[in-house]
Amino acid sequence: MSPVEPTLVSPSERSPGQPLDDSVTVPLHRLAHARAGDKGDRLNLALFAYDPDHYALLLEQVTEERVLALFAHRGASRVRRYPMPGLAGMNLVIDDVLQGGVNGALNLDGHGKTLSFLLLGLEVPVSSIPRD
Amino acid sequence: MTFLLGSGAGFSGDRTDAAIPVVAELIRRGQPSALVFETLGERTLAAAHRAMRDEPDAGYEPLLAELLAPVLGDCLSHGITILGNFGAANPDGACHVVAELAGRAGFPQARIGRVHGDDIRAHLSSLDLQRWEAENRDLPGEETLISANVYLGAEPLAEALALGAEVVVTGRVADPALFLAPLVHHFGWAWDDWDRLAAGMMAGHLAECGAQVSGGYFADPGCKEVPNLATVGYPIIEVEEDGSLVVTKPPGTGGCVTERTVKEQLLYEVHDPANYLTPDVVVDLTSVEVRQVGPDRVAVSGIRGKAAPQRLKTTVCYEGGWQGEAEISYAGPNALARAQLAAQVLRERLTFRAPPELRTRLDIVGLASVFDSDAGDLQRTMPASASGDYRLRLAAEHAERRWVERATQELLALYCAGPAGGGGVRRHFQRRVCTASYLVKRSDVEAFATLFEKRSHYHVAS
Repeated sequence: MSPVEPTLVSPSERSPGQPLDDSVTVPLHRLAHARAGDKGDRLNLALFAYDPDHYALLLEQVTEERVLALFAHRGASRVRRYPMPGLAGMNLVIDDVLQGGVNGALNLDGHGKTLSFLLLGLEVPVSSIPRD
Repeated sequence: MTFLLGSGAGFSGDRTDAAIPVVAELIRRGQPSALVFETLGERTLAAAHRAMRDEPDAGYEPLLAELLAPVLGDCLSHGITILGNFGAANPDGACHVVAELAGRAGFPQARIGRVHGDDIRAHLSSLDLQRWEAENRDLPGEETLISANVYLGAEPLAEALALGAEVVVTGRVADPALFLAPLVHHFGWAWDDWDRLAAGMMAGHLAECGAQVSGGYFADPGCKEVPNLATVGYPIIEVEEDGSLVVTKPPGTGGCVTERTVKEQLLYEVHDPANYLTPDVVVDLTSVEVRQVGPDRVAVSGIRGKAAPQRLKTTVCYEGGWQGEAEISYAGPNALARAQLAAQVLRERLTFRAPPELRTRLDIVGLASVFDSDAGDLQRTMPASASGDYRLRLAAEHAERRWVERATQELLALYCAGPAGGGGVRRHFQRRVCTASYLVKRSDVEAFATLFEKRSHYHVAS
């Protein structure tokens, strides 16, 4: 059931004080699962870490600002994030992102149901992933 | 004693054989139980109103007979209450169908309850309306307004059960209220027992989308495996008098009930988890816990409730002009360039063949579509293979049918006058019904239940 683990840089492979290589990233899809829901022109994305140890990473990486930028091309006006530590996840609520919503959009997917996987394509630096 | 809530459908268009194993399991357990069909969304209510405008006897769930026929007799003979919002825009019409089906199943005296009061179209203009929080649009003018329906709570449904209804037919109600009502009726919960009402609402929330809590809409091969998705079992929720609940599914069915499947559904269509608004209670999910307690058994606890809101959400449907779609495929060597040329030609044609206010969108399926903006930002930047299998899609919208028809006809004409090798054109256009949401005062809504009186002249087509 576990997703494929990304290849991680071992701390021992770095010289002391050398920063981790932030240029190596993996999609969020490796670490988390998500589901989209819609009401009118508002979308919610529920996002959960597979491993509760990765919850802190989600909080650090999946910020309101990054999510707003990810959906900016669709006209998203606001993102609110509701952390759910007990579920090792969060709820993201994105306004004005559905191009008119299920009864108004010209998009094939007026519900925005596919958009959970746009979020899961977000790249996360490997260096920030905690090691077992 | 445990009360069992079974789900028979999670949306209009859901599998029509899903309820069969659920009902078999409810019968096997022999505990008090109810079966719920949730078949009404924002999209389907608009479709129902559109259908009713063309044909006054339509307007209820089109699959109603197919959904109910396989299980209605078993439910009636085993005391399993059925509740459904399959009345949609025409609950009376749905009651006729249920009565006819019950008669055929050998239960001509079946008691059918009908919930009234969600349709406030007639006195909408005299009501004190507020915009729903994410609504940007003003109330549409009287001349374009088709319908206005309030999301009712569980009270009138519980009233129908108190009248002895064995099948309860509703139009617009909050989806989870279909599940809360039999719990309140069975356990005698008070309407201000907020924590219990919240637990009952969330039992409904978890089950209202059918298989979405039991392995449906979850599988992601290699990451999230789901066994036997083709025969996924629809959920059964076991609820205790104190509001504790366990999500499970019938034995021998496909799918799975795990902490992950339950978590995804727990927040589905939720906004602020501390204030999930329903007509009967404001639910607080911030302390919720989800725990696997056995194979395909997940307990959900820590659900808290707060006083019900003073206003109820109302969805209005109004005339939205016409919309159309048309598509053409390009495949093989240099397919992307040919699809892109087709898009360019179409765009150019529409500048002089259609009025400027025609709203259009062009996708290249296989390159970028559902993630894209209306303007096609991703389509211009997405890396792609020159050869492949691409499908150009036009979507158009205008107040008048003729311009939408014209736009889709321009795509059709790419057959002979567009780039080489285009094929597989499909086109259609239809009236669009738009929706917007407002809030009405609870005190302005008069909801109640009656028992349906069957009229003999009504005939259901078989």
